[in-house]
Amino acid sequence: MPDLQALFDESASAMRAAGYWSTRTARLMIGVPDYETYVAHRQANHPDQPIMTYVEFFRERQQARYAVGKGRFRGCC
Amino acid sequence: MSAINNSSAPQTKLLWIAIALLGAVAFAIVALNRGEAVNAAWLVVAAVCIYFIAYRFYGLFVANRALGVDGARQTPAARHNDGLDYVPTNQYVLFGHHFAAIAGAGPLVGPVLAAQMGYLPGTLWILAGAVFAGAVQDMTVLFLSTRRDGRSLGDIVRAEMGPVAGTITGIGILLICVIVLAVLALVVVKALIGSPWGTFAVFCTIPIALLMGVYNQFVRPGRVGEMSLLGTVLLLAALAYGKTVSETPALATYFNFKGETLALLIIGYGFVASVLPVWLLLAPRDYLSTFLKIGTIVLLAIGIIIVRPDLQMPAVTKFIDGSGPVWSGSVFPFLFITIACGAVSGWHSLIASGTTPKMIENERQIALIGYGGMLMESFVAIMAMIGASIIHPGVYFAMNSSAGLIGTTAEQAAQVISAWGFVVTPDEINQVAKDVGETSIMSRTGGAPTLAVGMAQILSSYLGGRTLMGIWYHFAILFEALFILTTVDAGTRVLRFMIQDLIGNTIPAFKETTSWTNNLIGSALSCAMWGYFLYVGVIDPLGGIWTLWPLFGTANQMLAAIALTVCTVVLFKMKRERFAWVTIVPATWLVVCTITAGLEKVLSPDPNVGFISHALKYGDAIAAGKLLAPAKTLGEMRRIVFNDYIDASLAAVFVLVVVATVIYGLISIRKALGNPQPTAMEIGLAGAAVGGRHA
Repeated sequence: MPDLQALFDESASAMRAAGYWSTRTARLMIGVPDYETYVAHRQANHPDQPIMTYVEFFRERQQARYAVGKGRFRGCC
Repeated sequence: MSAINNSSAPQTKLLWIAIALLGAVAFAIVALNRGEAVNAAWLVVAAVCIYFIAYRFYGLFVANRALGVDGARQTPAARHNDGLDYVPTNQYVLFGHHFAAIAGAGPLVGPVLAAQMGYLPGTLWILAGAVFAGAVQDMTVLFLSTRRDGRSLGDIVRAEMGPVAGTITGIGILLICVIVLAVLALVVVKALIGSPWGTFAVFCTIPIALLMGVYNQFVRPGRVGEMSLLGTVLLLAALAYGKTVSETPALATYFNFKGETLALLIIGYGFVASVLPVWLLLAPRDYLSTFLKIGTIVLLAIGIIIVRPDLQMPAVTKFIDGSGPVWSGSVFPFLFITIACGAVSGWHSLIASGTTPKMIENERQIALIGYGGMLMESFVAIMAMIGASIIHPGVYFAMNSSAGLIGTTAEQAAQVISAWGFVVTPDEINQVAKDVGETSIMSRTGGAPTLAVGMAQILSSYLGGRTLMGIWYHFAILFEALFILTTVDAGTRVLRFMIQDLIGNTIPAFKETTSWTNNLIGSALSCAMWGYFLYVGVIDPLGGIWTLWPLFGTANQMLAAIALTVCTVVLFKMKRERFAWVTIVPATWLVVCTITAGLEKVLSPDPNVGFISHALKYGDAIAAGKLLAPAKTLGEMRRIVFNDYIDASLAAVFVLVVVATVIYGLISIRKALGNPQPTAMEIGLAGAAVGGRHA
């Protein structure tokens, strides 16, 4: 008889993983990269410098996405 | 992916043989069947099998052998990692980002217009073009930009082919931007003329976006999920209420506009949106449209698989001879020009040299993201072709021919179209309009409404039935309008920057992008440029799309020709000329195609094709004091002549840009051949040189 508990746990963790990756993909689609990655990068490489909060990080990315500048073409065809 | 990358195991070989056989059978059914209706599922199966085989056996070959991707070489994401712009990103997440950035209205509209020749010619080009040209271009540009710290296409041309070629490319990009914005805005205008339901829903996106913007800025900052959910719910409510608006005459009059009014509204909107703070209007709409775009594409794919509709359009129609009512011109070059983005899109070279290369984790992932991303885009084009081909061909031609050809009543249209050989009754035309909740569907050119009818047929047959057809039709219109208008906002800002940069060369103070005066002047100039072509397209008695879409397609293919030329030059400079045919072949095709199309647009003696002969025809009539249909006054006649000359000049400029780029390309290749050393201006060292090991 299959171990139902294990099956349940496995599918739950698969769902969690799917949710995690699709959230990350959806965020990057609108130009917001992973915040945890940013924090980890700052902590590892610039430990003496301030780290933006999530809200600051989000606003910075939002401005950058629409900053009038080169190489920021999107969606036409 | 491991199964795709490793074909040595016997079971993997068997799998590939099975895919090849399945693809061949499906393709034979699609291509060879005559007389009976073909099921759309065969088209999907054939396309998907071709994509898998193309990716495994050609895409990976180009990446590994021709380009020589180096898995041990540092990418810009690793070199400049800042957690913001440069972030090593999981390849599937980045694939999603890249696809969302390249997918737009182009691959949805082009195939719909191409369907006038039947579904087969367009489908063949969507598949072959993507595999051998489009995907190769996207991947190679992505590769070049990754090796150059994520530099833009213009910068790469400047560095590899010299400053003059760089400036010429810059002018080309500026022109394509103007034409893209005008033609896309025209698609929205054409879809909303006299449609209170659609207009109401699209108008509602503005207050909804403002609300989302305020919510995200002040109430719950950074909560994109919540904000988008809120926006989606409000949007669907607006869509549902639109039915009531269209059925209540007192309300409907507020949202029932002529084309001219809609054009002016969109131009004004583009100006306001491009000067407002981005968090207020542009960003929230962008989020909503991105998610809606991806969601709808997925929904449509599922719909086609579940419903498996039959293709009503013949495989090849009699308009293969170039006499079609939707656009004029023969298969070569105009079918290729019309499809443009779904097969090869120059615009993608701007995106592949934008944000994506800054996030590549490893060069080995370039094939999946660049080549695979374009195959996915090509699949969207196939779905659009299916959407246009499952509706009654008579209805298709009623929707896509201008009033000058088929008249303004269903009776006239049915008579004309039946005489073309697509037997249709006035009732059939009226019934479609009634089903989707519009007063008329005739002469709704621009592709979007046709696709919306196709989508409504597919989606309503598995979700909601005929009663929901109106909702689905307007949902499809809303979805296209939403992301086109987002492109208009964002594009106006990009165009503003390019204008500031260009004028700033003579008046340095104008380059300052933080100055409000500069921004206002720049935005006004940029809106005036695309707005001019939009307005001209709207009042064009020939229907606008007829005139502008070929210009757009030519501009787009011109940019692809430039991109593939610089790719070829760099392959020579890398001393990889042995493999340069992978870009030379598509580059040559695009150069020939663009130049032929451009020259025919300028010089063709057929007034339906050539702008100058068209202008002369109308000029002669003016001199003789005669009126030529569809013009109704002498003023309209003069306007047609003037616009013809503007359009002819543009087409001529496109040809010159391509010719100049090819000449500079040949000079650079000659130089590269004369030098025994590699001369490509790459940044960073080969993986082996820094002691890296092959991943």
